[in-house]
This record gives sequence, C-alpha cells and structure tokens, in this order.
Amino acid sequence: MSRLSVRKTYKLYIGGAFPRSESGRSYPVTSAKGEFLANASLASRKDARDAVVAARKAFAGWSGATPYNRGQILYRVAEMLEGRRAQFADELGGGKRAALERVDAAIDRLVWYAGWSDKVAAVLGAANPVAGPYLNLSTPEPGGVIAIVAPADPLLGLVSVVAPAIVTGNTCVVVASESAPLPAITFSEVLATSDLPGGVVNVLTGRQAELAPWLAAHMDVNGLDLTGVADADLTLTCEQAAAENLKRVTRPVDEDWTADPGVGRMARFLETKTVWHPIGV
Amino acid sequence: MTYLEGRAGVPKGAGLEVGVLVGDAVQVSTVTTSLADVASSDAALRAFLHGLPGVDRVGADQRAAMLGTRSIKTTAKAQAIDLAISMVDLTTLEGADTAGKVRAMCAKAVRPGGEAPSVAAVCVYPDLVAVAAEALTGTGIKIASVATAFPSGRSSLDVKVAETAQAVASGADEIDMVIDRGAFLSGHYLKVYEEIVAVKAACGPAHLKVILETGELSTYDNVRRASWLAMLAGADFIKTSTGKVSPAATPPVTMIMLEAVRDFRAATGRQVGVKPAGGIRTTKDAIKNLVLVNETAGDDWLSPEWFRLGASSLLNDLLMQREKLTTGRYAGPDHFTLD
Repeated sequence: MSRLSVRKTYKLYIGGAFPRSESGRSYPVTSAKGEFLANASLASRKDARDAVVAARKAFAGWSGATPYNRGQILYRVAEMLEGRRAQFADELGGGKRAALERVDAAIDRLVWYAGWSDKVAAVLGAANPVAGPYLNLSTPEPGGVIAIVAPADPLLGLVSVVAPAIVTGNTCVVVASESAPLPAITFSEVLATSDLPGGVVNVLTGRQAELAPWLAAHMDVNGLDLTGVADADLTLTCEQAAAENLKRVTRPVDEDWTADPGVGRMARFLETKTVWHPIGV
Repeated sequence: MTYLEGRAGVPKGAGLEVGVLVGDAVQVSTVTTSLADVASSDAALRAFLHGLPGVDRVGADQRAAMLGTRSIKTTAKAQAIDLAISMVDLTTLEGADTAGKVRAMCAKAVRPGGEAPSVAAVCVYPDLVAVAAEALTGTGIKIASVATAFPSGRSSLDVKVAETAQAVASGADEIDMVIDRGAFLSGHYLKVYEEIVAVKAACGPAHLKVILETGELSTYDNVRRASWLAMLAGADFIKTSTGKVSPAATPPVTMIMLEAVRDFRAATGRQVGVKPAGGIRTTKDAIKNLVLVNETAGDDWLSPEWFRLGASSLLNDLLMQREKLTTGRYAGPDHFTLD
C-alpha cells in the first residue's frame, strides 16, 4: 500500500503562533515555471492589526534584552537555518547549486548581523565633546515596531531586511514576497525554534497593496520599510500615510542582496538618545 | 416570558410560587411566599432563594457565547462605542492611588478625548471621594465610592455603616458595597440581607450598588440567588465583581444577573440596574455586554442610568476604536493618556 504524504498548510506567523488568516482566505502560489506549489494564507488588514499588537507586546522584552543576548539568538537562528539547508534549497527551486548558494548567503547574513548586536552602539553612538562641565553621551535606541514589505528575493532578501531591524531591538511585522511567500513561512518555523521570543518577527503573506497602506497608517507602528514595493503609486500612498505619526521610512531600492550590506539598514530604525550628565561639581 | 411567570395560578406581582425538587419529580406549589415576607426569617429567605429555578450552566454558557458572536459594524458600532463610553464607571482602586491620580482621572472622565461623550461616573476609595467631588463639581458625572471594607468585606457591620456614611458625607452619589460572601456561602442569607438593608439606610439619598463577587460564589445558581437577595434588600444596582478576583464579569454571569433584574421588575415593578466590572478590557467585550443587555433585559436597560461598565483600561480601547472609525487608520496607545 502506498503512503499518502502529509502536506504542509502554509499559515501566517503572528505572536509566535501559526494562525490561519482571520478572513479564512488563501491564494495559490506557483513556481517560476507556473506549476502549482501550495496555497498560502491571504492575510487581511485585521491580521496586520493583530500582528502589530503582537509586535508591540514583544517590544519591551526584546528591546530590554542585552545586545549580547540578541546576538546569541540571531546566531541560533543561523544555526537552525543551517540545519535546514536542503529544505530551503528545495523550496527556493531553480538550480540546486544556485539555490544552496542563496541559502548559505542568508545564513552568513544572519551571522554577520548577529555579530553587530553589541557593536552597533559603539559605531553609531558617541561620547560627545561639549563646551561645559558635562559628560555627554549619545546612544542609539530601538525605534519600536517596524513594518517591513519584504523584497521579491524570498529568503536572502527577507533575511537581509528582517535581521538588521531586529538585531538592534526593534520588533517587526513583515509582509512576505507576494509571488514567493512559502520560504518566508518556512523561515518562520526556523524563528519559532530558535529562542526568538514570539512576536519579535511576525510574518504575513498576501497582497502588498492590501496590507501595506494599513501598516503605513497604523499609529502604533514606528518605522516603515518599503524595500519590496514595486508599485510607485503604492509607495507614494504609504509614504503619505506614514507621515501622520512621523514614521521613519525606507524607500524602495533595487539592492544587490549579495553585496556587503553595511550598517545603513540597522541605523535606519534607531533613535539617538543623548544624555547630559554634570561632572566635576 | 420569565422563569417565574407563567406558572398556573400565579398572578403577576402578587406573590411567588416556588417549585421544590422531591425525589425526581418537581412538586409545584409546596410553598407560596409573598415577596414582602421572604425576609421574615432565615428559613423563609432560604426557602425562597433555594426555590428559585436552577440555572442550566451549559445552556447559559452557550447562549452567552452565541450572543457574543453578533457582528456590530460601521454606524451601529460607532453608536455602540459612544453608548459604552457614556456607561463607563471609570475606576481606580489601587493601594497606590493619590489625589493627583484621581484628579487626572476626573479630567479624563469629563473629556475622554475628541468628541467622545463623558463617562457615567468615577469610582474611587472613600478617602478620595472629596478629591473627586471637588474635581467634578458641576459636570453631572456621578461619584461612586466603594465602601464596606472593600474588597473582602471582612469587617463588623458598624465599621461598614460608618464607612458608608462617611463616603456619602464626602459627596459620593453612589456606594458600591460588597456582600459578606462567607455568610452567603455558609447559608446565613438573613445576615447578608440585613447588612445590605443597614448599608442602604446609611446611604440616604445615594444609590446603592451591591457587589456579589461572582468569582467567589462558585455556581450560577448562587449568582441568581445573590442577585435576588440583593434586590430584595433594596439594591439599586447589582454589580458582578470587585475586580480583585478572577474570574470577574464573564458574559454568562452578566446574563444571569440581567435575567434576574428583568424578572425582578416583572414581579415587583421596581427596576434595578446591572454593572459588570472587572476583566472588561476591549471594545469587543463592551459591545458583547451591550448585546447581552439588549437581548436579555431589553432596551429599557440600555442607558447609563441602568447599565454601567466598571473598568479602568477599557476606556482607552474604546477611544482608540472610536479614533479608528473617525480617521480610518488604526490608533496607537502612545496618543492616549496613561491610566
């Protein structure tokens, strides 16, 4: 007797759990060649709202963890991803060798950002010389909840926008690539098994045009990363909506994800706190 | 039809016929008591309260859950939110309360934010009533004060009466008293009854809300009995909980109390209000409560005069939902006062 294979239901990742969309909707996902792969959840604005609530709830704990601890957890994510190399290579499709290279690049990217966790403050902060009897210190602090529209590159692109946002202590809500959302959900399984507190990363699959404007207008979101938005009108709408509570916005860019990322993406969603402390009195 | 009406030979409002379980058969009409006489002795009170029909727990849970699935959207939702805001008893009952915190809360009670209506009342400890009274002069917002050794109620009757009188003298319009759950659970119903009567007398012109603390009553039958006991003793309002015990105001408990006030009015002609308190944190919870009121007691109760929501964190959620409906974008807690 032949065995029936157990197929995975691709759901959302919100607050450390994998719920279906509250709307009950889904959409078919096809490979680059047009073959049907699976149905992915089609998230609604209410899923986005729930994800923001989960991200806000996780923020105090995650931003309060020591940078060293955050780095360890990111490194753990890289370890878990390493253990699933073959699975991700399969899911990415294309040539086997090229796919493995992309997965390896994603793992290396995570390790790279993990190393930055306790160094970024030294690079972006400063002890400022001031004309007075004060010790003047500037330290970067996480901005809060960041809404991210992930780029089309389903794994390396995703990791390259999520890792810099969370390594500094932010929490995020990610809208996965619309055409290739499945690796993002499998990556959520990696996150769920690597000591990353639930709610630090929340992954939605669905239509950018449906979700991004709600996240951009949400008054409890502090930053907006539009990297994956291809439509210029949608970008404009989102930027305008984001202005309402002065969100920090990353405009869409066509980035080469294999290049050295630099500290720019980490710096984007940090706020600088400067403290004047009297001395020598 | 209520659970007391419609039995053969009982004229509405004249008296109550009580069924008693004997063996497996329900024997109707073994005891007939006039409502005026039920408190004549502990035995009569017990006979009446234990003669109240039992609550079908599964049925009550199911009905409350079913009513909780109503979808209230757009303009109906906007109306429900404003109604809920006007029914809020904005509450602070912490050991760390200060005069400043009470004044800030009173300011928020008058103008919760935007175009939102004022809340119904503020609820504070007796020693802070004077502060609230000063802050709310001329606003029409009522001042409620907990009294009678809140939240446990473990003190002598003299102390409870004195505390009530002091709160009323300081300017409280409403007194939230707790019943003696120990006496209730051990079956000393007359003691509970007499305590409520004594506190009611001490209230003078102030309204009396009787807190049943349903989380400690353990069964729905007890909730129904305590509701009737409080109403017979003269309560103007019956309130679910102190907010210090979990579970607090669960939907089935609120529904049973709403049934009790409905049936009490049918039997006596006197209308009594209901106040669920504790555990109501979201707009969705508040709207579920409004649905319960409308479907159980009817829309006579759908006003701040007869239905209140005791809450502290609920108001901000209502305001955030209100903001979402007016602006079309989700609101964030950073833009509302801390409380």
